Amino acid sequence: MSASSVEYLLWGALPYVVIAVFVGGTIWRYRYDRFGWTTRSSQLYESRLLRVASPVFHFGLLVVIVGHVIGLLIPESWTSATGLSEAAYHVMALSLGIIAGVATLGGIALLIYRRRTTGPVFSATTVNDKTMYLVLTAAIVSGLAVTLLSAYTGITGGHERDYRETVSVWFRSIWILQPDVDAMSAAGLGFKIHALIGLALFALFPFSRLVHAFSAPVWYLFRPYVVYRSRDRVPAEATRPIRRGWG
Amino acid sequence: MGGERIGRVMAQVAMVMNLDKCIGCHTCSVTCKQAWTNRSGVEYVWFNNVETRPGQGYPRRYEDQERWQGGWRRTAGGRLKLRAGGRVKKLFTIFANPKLPSLQDYYEPWTYDYEHLVTAPLGDDIPVAEPRSLISGEPMDISWSANWDDDLGGGEALGSADPMVQRLGDQVKFSFEETFMFYLPRICEHCLNPSCVASCPSGAMYKRSEDGIVLVDQDKCRGWRMCVTGCPYKKVYFNHKTGKAEKCTLCYPRVEVGLPTVCSETCVGRLRYLGVVLYDVDRVGEAAAVEDEQDLYEAQLDVFLDPDDPDVQAAARRDGIPERWLESARRSPVYLLAKRFGVALPLHPEYRTLPMVWYIPPLSPVVDALSSTGHDGEDAGNLFGAIETLRIPVDYLAELFTAGDPEPVERTLRRLAAMRSYMRRVNLGEEADESIAEAVGMTGGDIERMYRLLALAKYDERYVIPTAYGVDEADRGVIDEVGCSLDFSGGPGMGGMGGPVPFGEASGQPRPASVENFHALRNRQTSDGRAGPPKRFNLLNWDGNGRPPGLFPHRHEDEEAS
Repeated sequence: MSASSVEYLLWGALPYVVIAVFVGGTIWRYRYDRFGWTTRSSQLYESRLLRVASPVFHFGLLVVIVGHVIGLLIPESWTSATGLSEAAYHVMALSLGIIAGVATLGGIALLIYRRRTTGPVFSATTVNDKTMYLVLTAAIVSGLAVTLLSAYTGITGGHERDYRETVSVWFRSIWILQPDVDAMSAAGLGFKIHALIGLALFALFPFSRLVHAFSAPVWYLFRPYVVYRSRDRVPAEATRPIRRGWG
Repeated sequence: MGGERIGRVMAQVAMVMNLDKCIGCHTCSVTCKQAWTNRSGVEYVWFNNVETRPGQGYPRRYEDQERWQGGWRRTAGGRLKLRAGGRVKKLFTIFANPKLPSLQDYYEPWTYDYEHLVTAPLGDDIPVAEPRSLISGEPMDISWSANWDDDLGGGEALGSADPMVQRLGDQVKFSFEETFMFYLPRICEHCLNPSCVASCPSGAMYKRSEDGIVLVDQDKCRGWRMCVTGCPYKKVYFNHKTGKAEKCTLCYPRVEVGLPTVCSETCVGRLRYLGVVLYDVDRVGEAAAVEDEQDLYEAQLDVFLDPDDPDVQAAARRDGIPERWLESARRSPVYLLAKRFGVALPLHPEYRTLPMVWYIPPLSPVVDALSSTGHDGEDAGNLFGAIETLRIPVDYLAELFTAGDPEPVERTLRRLAAMRSYMRRVNLGEEADESIAEAVGMTGGDIERMYRLLALAKYDERYVIPTAYGVDEADRGVIDEVGCSLDFSGGPGMGGMGGPVPFGEASGQPRPASVENFHALRNRQTSDGRAGPPKRFNLLNWDGNGRPPGLFPHRHEDEEAS
């Protein structure tokens, strides 16, 4: 079955548009808005819920990201070569994915609840933040849904096409500039929706508070504790006489 | 120094405050706030605050490091570790800082609903302006603020909550006859071993190598909030609008052109001194890690270098310190008071940050107390004997300034007492009594010099500040209006937050406060035309005459006419 023209646009052209927006947008934001490049923490307003919700969400998300990297980048043939059977791989991936996904979803649910119900936090929430929360939550919900669906079909012995033969193949093909549209169009509807939301999230990324992820301060582990810096030297001259501050 | 090798020499602009003279008027706090933190996002922030001691301070009980985990601690192996945890722990707790003071620990800032005064419907009751939270906008009960316990510190109710009092236990009495209090003005300590800088995961905080001022790079700060925890003095604050850390800058735009900080400039009691201290940066780590907390004061003094020593001067030249900085260091009142006269003490050396704002502990009102008992209140013997029974207990001062060691505090107070006694004889035309000076390990010449510095010193002697490297000496004092760095039109300093911006409040590019900006300021001040877009008029500079442009908003007719 050959892919339709819409599918060509979605899986052949759109990824490159998103990559261009993501890279270009990040560079532009870094140049234009380094001052706005922050976590915009609201811990000062509310700490009790944040102390639980934020770590659960972030650590869950880190596992989810690692899972995506493994699932999308490592071909099935490689894991098979290590002697890991397909079934065993899926049991592992799905169980870990469900745990991390539930933690992430629970975390973000609690964070959104906190954001909505704590007055000062809500009034510090911009339209930009709300859009970002919507897309991010949609990505997590759809991702968790396809994971649960895969697990369900796996348990009941149903047969859905493995994402490692469809989505992953398409994802890798993007980077060699030969997008395998047929592979993606063969994937299930759930995966397609999740992939589209994911693309939207990446397009939104440079223009939202998500940029703080780029600032993960890993370098802190290696630098000396106390940082010394020199004053920026700009040649300057004066034309006015010396005057005391108190006249 | 002798044959000891001098490591890398650095210069630090440091401060000494003479607590004997502080009357608790809060002028320093108010002028500092006007200059630096009169913006939304930092309503609750006081870079300079004045606390009544004994008292809880601001934020409440900040000295309780068991709870707040600020500063450094020495490991069993003799190394320094951040009390709040090392680098790995910091990264693991980055998603929610477990030791961040809440807004309630500072105070919830508020304003009053003034509009209600003019819009309230006609009625039997006089309308009142109710307090409204500046955080939530909701009506609120005012129950605490940065200076809530002003002058109440000596009382049992608030004084007993002072962490230092609690450490002393029953030794501090709160009975009415024995009650005592004094004022403690605090700014950022601009430490030699700053734990806030060490806590910053982004590396946005730094100590300037020329003048030792500790600053936050607003473009590199990512709002991880670890510095707030790291500082044991709680003098780094989180701007909740911009999501960035802010702190006392030691008014670097002023210091760079040789002017004192705003708090010093406006101090009514003239109790602040600013000057350069040369120190050996290679020995900072070693000094901060001495085993006994009570040795930290001496260890820090040992890090300071004698600016009159030719070896030190040679080493300083080797390390690129300009000649006028060396000259300034030789005249530094801070070096004299801290090292040579030994009457200034660091605040909480036990935090191991080697703070650089030092204090002369309060001696008053010993003379009056002695006189009222029929003794000669200025006789050296009487004064020395009275120091142990001072109303302000030496042990309490020692908890603040020497990690609990009463000896340096007693020595300081004895020297201050000796100065009174010695100078009385001089003023009465009697023969100077060198034995009074000797009794406290000083010479008559030193005492007279100290007297001049503490009692008479004029502006130029209290503030000995060289202009920054690369700033022309002719630039000295060109600023005579300190504008807010965020005061550009439509900027946060002008009340707005820079108009609608796509990435949340206060994104975009802030204008840094710098010498260069002050040149722009000078041009604006001296040129005939109006520079840039129309400005709101700053009422603080209004002399009450005339109707300067911008004092009132444009009327509609004006707009139509133009």
